[in-house]
Amino acid sequence: MAPAGLSRAEFAIWLAAVVAVVGLPLLLPIFSVVQLTVFLIFCLLAVSLDLAWGLAGLLSFGHAAFFGVGGYAYGILALNGLATPAALLAGGIAGALLAGILGYVAFYGRVSTIFLAVMTLTVTLILLQVMGSTADPSYRIGAAVLGGYNGMTNIPSLALAAPFLPTIELGPAGFFRLVGGLLIVVVALGRLLTFAPFGRILATIRENEQRTELLGYDVRWRKLAIFAASGGVAGLAGGLFASWGSFVNPEVFSLGQSAQVVIWVLVGGRGLLYGAVVGALLVQALTQYLGAIGTAYTAFVLGLLMVAFVLALREGLVPTLLRLSRFLPWRNAPARSC
Amino acid sequence: MSILRREMMQGLLGTGMIAAGTMLLGRDGLSADEIPVGSILDATGPINIYGLPMIDATRFAVDHINATGGVLGRKLRLIQTDCQSNNQIYAQNAVKLILEDKVAVLMGGITSASREAVRPMVDKYGALYFYNEQYEGGVCDKLVFCTGVTPAQQLGVLIPWAKKKYGKKVYTLAADYNYGHISADWVKVYLKEAGGELLGEEFIPLDVVNFDSVIQRLQTAKPDVVMSLLVGGNHIAFYRQFAAAGLKGRMAIVSATFGLGNEQVVLRPEEAQGLIVIYPYFQELDNPVNKEWVAAWHKRFGANYPYITDSACTVWNGWHIWAAAVDKAGSLDSKAVIAALESGIAFDSPEGHITLDPKSHHVVHSAHLAKVNDKHGFDILESFSNIAPVDTMKVCDLIANPNQHKQYTPKF
Amino acid sequence: MQHLLVNFIEGLFAIASLLLLSLGLAVIYGMMRVINLAQGEFVMLGAYTVLFTAAHGLGLWFGIVLAPVVVGIIGILVERSIIRFLYGRPLDTMLATWGLSLAFIAATTLIVGPTTEGVATPFQHLTIGEYSVATYNIFVIGIAAASFVLTWFLFRFTKIGLLVRATMQNAEMVAALGISPPRIYMLTFGFGSALAGLAGAVMAPLTGVVPTLGMAFIAKIFITVTVGSTAIFAGTLAASGVFGAIESVIAFLSTPIYGQVAMLLCALVLLRIAPQGITSLWRRQG
Repeated sequence: MAPAGLSRAEFAIWLAAVVAVVGLPLLLPIFSVVQLTVFLIFCLLAVSLDLAWGLAGLLSFGHAAFFGVGGYAYGILALNGLATPAALLAGGIAGALLAGILGYVAFYGRVSTIFLAVMTLTVTLILLQVMGSTADPSYRIGAAVLGGYNGMTNIPSLALAAPFLPTIELGPAGFFRLVGGLLIVVVALGRLLTFAPFGRILATIRENEQRTELLGYDVRWRKLAIFAASGGVAGLAGGLFASWGSFVNPEVFSLGQSAQVVIWVLVGGRGLLYGAVVGALLVQALTQYLGAIGTAYTAFVLGLLMVAFVLALREGLVPTLLRLSRFLPWRNAPARSC
Repeated sequence: MSILRREMMQGLLGTGMIAAGTMLLGRDGLSADEIPVGSILDATGPINIYGLPMIDATRFAVDHINATGGVLGRKLRLIQTDCQSNNQIYAQNAVKLILEDKVAVLMGGITSASREAVRPMVDKYGALYFYNEQYEGGVCDKLVFCTGVTPAQQLGVLIPWAKKKYGKKVYTLAADYNYGHISADWVKVYLKEAGGELLGEEFIPLDVVNFDSVIQRLQTAKPDVVMSLLVGGNHIAFYRQFAAAGLKGRMAIVSATFGLGNEQVVLRPEEAQGLIVIYPYFQELDNPVNKEWVAAWHKRFGANYPYITDSACTVWNGWHIWAAAVDKAGSLDSKAVIAALESGIAFDSPEGHITLDPKSHHVVHSAHLAKVNDKHGFDILESFSNIAPVDTMKVCDLIANPNQHKQYTPKF
Repeated sequence: MQHLLVNFIEGLFAIASLLLLSLGLAVIYGMMRVINLAQGEFVMLGAYTVLFTAAHGLGLWFGIVLAPVVVGIIGILVERSIIRFLYGRPLDTMLATWGLSLAFIAATTLIVGPTTEGVATPFQHLTIGEYSVATYNIFVIGIAAASFVLTWFLFRFTKIGLLVRATMQNAEMVAALGISPPRIYMLTFGFGSALAGLAGAVMAPLTGVVPTLGMAFIAKIFITVTVGSTAIFAGTLAASGVFGAIESVIAFLSTPIYGQVAMLLCALVLLRIAPQGITSLWRRQG
């Protein structure tokens, strides 16, 4: 499977996305804008998992841990008065740090991919237990009461603040554009990374780690780097989430949340990053729809969806559709993308 | 190739977003005269054991208000949403009801976590919100009214009574989350006032089903009374294991949470009989308002409805208090309605006569002590009225300091 | 003294219940390298079987006997329809079985509702001096020990056990000898599910039976089996012993939540120092 390069088409997509992000708030009612914002935040989370899983083959069952840690970090710092952009950055760093520690233990200990999946799941469970047990009012960091299962509330929303400049408050439209913009930037950077030398080595690690090592590459720091980056993006998404709802609670560490992230990438397709976005949007929309028509079938459908995709559509939607599009008469070059 | 791929990508991305968008856009039109009102509760998911009676009560209350003339001469149009026991969906539905449906009032939330997910949205977009469920007290928010019973209103009566009847040595078992912790703190306050002695307190995570170590420690401590603040399906196991270990005769159990999830229906009489609880409302209450209410409820929802819970009555209270305030204010504008609510509203509820305390935005409740009987129900022992929500009143005065949007946690 | 005896019994109970719950997955993972994240739901279905029989007047004991059969059949159906396409793809089996787990919980919730149901615990209690221990706990210890011994006996001394072990070691050779490996896998998976059903049935009187019952156990089961790794008997026994003891001790000394956290942390440590499984600490892998 020959990796293609970045085609001109992709730049066109990015441009179209920028236009969409800037323009949609002007077309849609305010509620839809608010709703789409949280969808985009989840797309960012899905992309973060795809960075680790799709690019480097590192399946993590606990990306919710990095997401949640980012959210809590943002909440704690923002409630304590730190400027919200800095708090958001700190959320990303917190996610990256946790991922880095786990990655160090896993990759430098040379343990298997299954162990990584188990370990990330275990850590998420531990975090759920620990954060859930902070119900007593004495659990606080500075002015931020951790709040146990109630979580932290009244978290300041993100505002554009820089030293020596006046703070610009972000309304729903502004926040939407910010989140959309961040998503585009992350996807673009991810795609550039895929075809950069580092990304190509990640691809070989994904395909055959032993052979890559025999070629002389140190796989450990590379896996650690991408895993930490993935955790950082997840943490960033967590911070945005806390800002969106002005609250964060231990549910971000739940098994349900972890499963959701995996389902998004599974459905959408691994490796392309666009698949993660599509998968997150589709599954979120489906969940919303199922809930709105008043059925209890949401979890049931999601579960079956997972099974069906693993059995039948293992690559996910976007790669499969791309592969099938080869049969369309006006496609002339049958090259398959990674 | 490149053009098609771009088009395909765009198509996919666009379809995804549009699909997502269209799910959310578009509501059927509002009949000109109707007032939209919103409800966010759980019809599905684990919390629905509390949610389903509350949803029924919501429907029942709104229909009753409409049948007796509506509000300001107009009918209410109820928009009920199911939050699937998911706090993020609570937040999303709250935003939808406030921004898109433009409801006159938002009612709902069951767990405190769900309320705290909704409150920032309410504050952000300036909507009126009623939280109609038992909780740990302390919410002090100009836009929020909490009609449920709070620890002071239950424990303040229960603890002195239990000490007199059973003895002064108490051991607390509380669910390990906010409600459990804060209630346990109040247990200590009231126990001290009553001259009792706390032998120990434990916080049990909500997903624990194995109470062996707890039962061992209880046997070591030998209290007169076990104060149970356990919550949820998993904690039912405690009562079962307690009975299996033969402790039923040796220690009394009193609780401020038993019964909310119909534990008395699930457990066998040998396991639950004799347990003491206290709530503002029981289906068995013997007053004319309740007799009529229960009859109407059974007529509407069936005579073999499992049990009409305290939460259902709280919901009924909430809707009627709001309706009364709107009529008093003569307008739907939230500021005017809040002013009317703060002028003092009284209501004849199936639980007894209740009033809304203006300063704390909480309700002054009746309290009834009851014992679990051998027919999966309760026998009322004693009744008290006008029990004020002192835990919140002590710290919250929204008339003197109106600009507050927080939840106080008690400092002891 | 009595105090210590009671503590000892309760510790034994913690170990025994963990062993009983994990044995099914240990068999499946050890024999087929399949990581079945829906194992918790098999436990849950076993518990519901007992609930069903108790509600229809057939009694708890009949339910305990019936549950392994029912859940075993469900397990075979799952294997035939999903698992058998995923052999050799451990991550994919994890994903598929995770989805299956979600679907099972949702389906059960749709059918029975999320309310907790009850099966009363039989027997009374055993008095040891001033303390009492529920006799049923001792029964659980007995069942766990019996299941363990019987399963071991089955694998070690019977023909079918020999076939299963042979298939695990070299499936092609077994096929060449005329036995069908897919059928062996199917039976093994069914057996592992049946064990889970038995565990659920036995535990049902002690806990509230909810559709999410499996989720309370799956983390513990999963970790025990991962640490025990492919040594089905020695590994699972050792891992159950360590984790059961730690959780019991810590829970008694402080609170159940620290017991669980301690167990999880211990699991992380063990996984790190013994990635081949706990038995590699004292045994060479063949």
